[in-house]
Amino acid sequence: MIDHLPALQVVIPLIAAPLSALFRPGRAVWLLAMTACGLSLLIAILLLNQVLTQHVISYPMGSWPAPWGIEYRIDAANAFMLLIVSGIGTIVMAFARPIVEQRIRLPEYKQPWFYTAYLLCLTGLLGIVITGDAFNVFVFLEISSLSSYALISLGRDRRALTASYQYLIMGTIGATFILIGIGLLYVMTGTLNMMDLAERIPAVADTRTIRAAFAFLTIGVSLKLALFPLHLWLPNAYAYAPSAVTAFLAATATKVAVYVLLRFFFTIFGVNFSFETMRLDLVLLPLALVGIFSASVVAIFQNNVKRMLAYSSVAQIGYMILGISLVSVTGVTAAISHLFNHALMKGALFMALGCISFRIGTVQLDRIAGVGRAMPWTMGAFVVGGLSLIGVPLTAGFVSKWYLIVGALEKSWWPVAVLVLVTSLLAVIYIWRVVEAAYFKPAPEGRVVHEAPLALLIPTWTLVLANLYFGLDTSLNAGVARTAAEMLLSVGH
Amino acid sequence: MRQYPIPRLVTKLLLPLILLFALYVQFHGDYGPGGGFQAGVIFGAGFILYALIYGLDEARRILPPWLLRIGVSLGVLIYAGVGVTGLLLGGNYLDYGVLDSHDPVHGQHLGILLVELGVGITVSAVMVTIFYAFAGRGR
Amino acid sequence: MQILGLYNYWIFIVLMMCGFYVVISRGNLVKKLVGLNIFQTSVFILYISMGKIIGGTAPIAVDQDVVYSNPIPHVLILTAIVVGIATTSLGLALVVRINEAYGTIEEDEIHAQSEEEAL
Repeated sequence: MIDHLPALQVVIPLIAAPLSALFRPGRAVWLLAMTACGLSLLIAILLLNQVLTQHVISYPMGSWPAPWGIEYRIDAANAFMLLIVSGIGTIVMAFARPIVEQRIRLPEYKQPWFYTAYLLCLTGLLGIVITGDAFNVFVFLEISSLSSYALISLGRDRRALTASYQYLIMGTIGATFILIGIGLLYVMTGTLNMMDLAERIPAVADTRTIRAAFAFLTIGVSLKLALFPLHLWLPNAYAYAPSAVTAFLAATATKVAVYVLLRFFFTIFGVNFSFETMRLDLVLLPLALVGIFSASVVAIFQNNVKRMLAYSSVAQIGYMILGISLVSVTGVTAAISHLFNHALMKGALFMALGCISFRIGTVQLDRIAGVGRAMPWTMGAFVVGGLSLIGVPLTAGFVSKWYLIVGALEKSWWPVAVLVLVTSLLAVIYIWRVVEAAYFKPAPEGRVVHEAPLALLIPTWTLVLANLYFGLDTSLNAGVARTAAEMLLSVGH
Repeated sequence: MRQYPIPRLVTKLLLPLILLFALYVQFHGDYGPGGGFQAGVIFGAGFILYALIYGLDEARRILPPWLLRIGVSLGVLIYAGVGVTGLLLGGNYLDYGVLDSHDPVHGQHLGILLVELGVGITVSAVMVTIFYAFAGRGR
Repeated sequence: MQILGLYNYWIFIVLMMCGFYVVISRGNLVKKLVGLNIFQTSVFILYISMGKIIGGTAPIAVDQDVVYSNPIPHVLILTAIVVGIATTSLGLALVVRINEAYGTIEEDEIHAQSEEEAL
């Protein structure tokens, strides 16, 4: 069975999704979904272990050999991504049950459909990461996107509907651009297999078609990963979605899009074409810098904490793109490592917010006054997550910021390194606004708030502790990231 | 639509032909153009026509929502189940060749037939579900 | 003549731009979806054009050698068509819900109501 792990990675959530639609609401359907998530996490760990100790795994679907059939191809970069997606998927699923039962806009008999959509979204995200076939990326991208539109629209606020609609329009445009890009590549090369594409593109690279394909893919993927200034769908979608959905999507969906960017530009087009012929770094670098700075500033002025963190996500994506645009092993290591660390910290922060809104029904700054004393564990989780977001030493967030600054200094780009530090200070300001409101403002009179239930606190604190653990032991988030970065950068040469 | 006998009669005449054509497209998909997607849409369209002419309640009596709910899941499960059967028989996921131990070509025919059947069931159930969901809104 | 000979690609570009323009310029949520549909459909033409060989027949296995069109783009685009159906129906379902929640499907009116709510 060990040989079939790549297929099972995607198939287990795929089977669990329609099965859970047949269940009655209650604990059983959650257990089924939880089991599926847990199994896919287990498989991801085994696969990462296999890739690190042995070699690249190639799995031909239906025994049709690549490049004719669809190939699942796992190397250090996507094994690492599989771990992130399935890990966050499992922890948020553990968190989701009380949210589904009390905080989403669904009649009770339809609650199992939440798990169906969630598992389909997980299937799609895992599929994007694991596949070695360019068209397959589009298919899985749409599976995950369509289910995430449905998940976002479940928020209690009616603005969740418009946010979801806006995301649907933007997301579909992005996906269609990707589809056009893949089509143009197919016209020129006659293949869809990523490795095969990488071999055949150099011969035809100097054509308008390939350059157009490159442009379409860049815009399409940038829309999906919410690169400034294509991020407009993100703040509303994250702010009004149910908190479990926000935690899951914020920690995985945009990360997977960043992975697609890495895969297309480093593996398929190759470093030479992407960064020396097309000079993509000259486009990404300013967008990343402006994005980091402006989104951090906007975050300071938000009064809805979820929306604040959504803008912070746009800034964090900027850090990843900044790392990529350095086009050095250290820079790409920083980007990949930040994929992991940001998933941990944003997951923890949004889950802490989920605990707060579970108890008081809102996350407006003026309404969370005094929550710090009423919900010490929840706010404790928020503070640690916030420290990690800022990049304080001994937290996971420090690791990737460190690599980013080292990468910038290697190129002697002093202003970039300074900007990274300055924007970290901006993060201090917006996190402080929340801490101030929760701890130093008196609670409104007559309001009795209890600590969040353990079912919510345990998953939240699991991620918080992971933030601390990976701040100390960096063999996974920096070591594996470095292996992946070296692999990505050497493929193109 | 009760007072218009011609559409009602024409529907009654056409409906078996539409459903039969859907089955033809479904099972002839091995040898000619066709397959589960197309057949599912034709099958679904037949029911939607029936619901348009005879009313939603009548259509719901024949094809109740709980049955559709099972159909939507069942199709995907048939598809995934065929893939897993391939796994259990020693091939890769979705390897149809191992489904028949004597002749891989037979196995491939069987495999694609079952997978397309799953696709057909899901697509027709989804089409009718979408129609019910929109038509039943705001009543 | 070469430019005219590639007419299906021109149709693709014109349709794509029409669809894109409708998505951007219209404030009515249903019209936006119509634009999005045209936009997606244009890509189907791109894919089908690139599989077509002049004089080629349908790719069905027969005994003698025949010129046939490349079936792979057709299969790919079948998937994209299904994705398009799913997107459209999900989008329309959202529009129905938005109409129930806001009583309108005009973007600016919805925006105005949301602004009031935020204050």
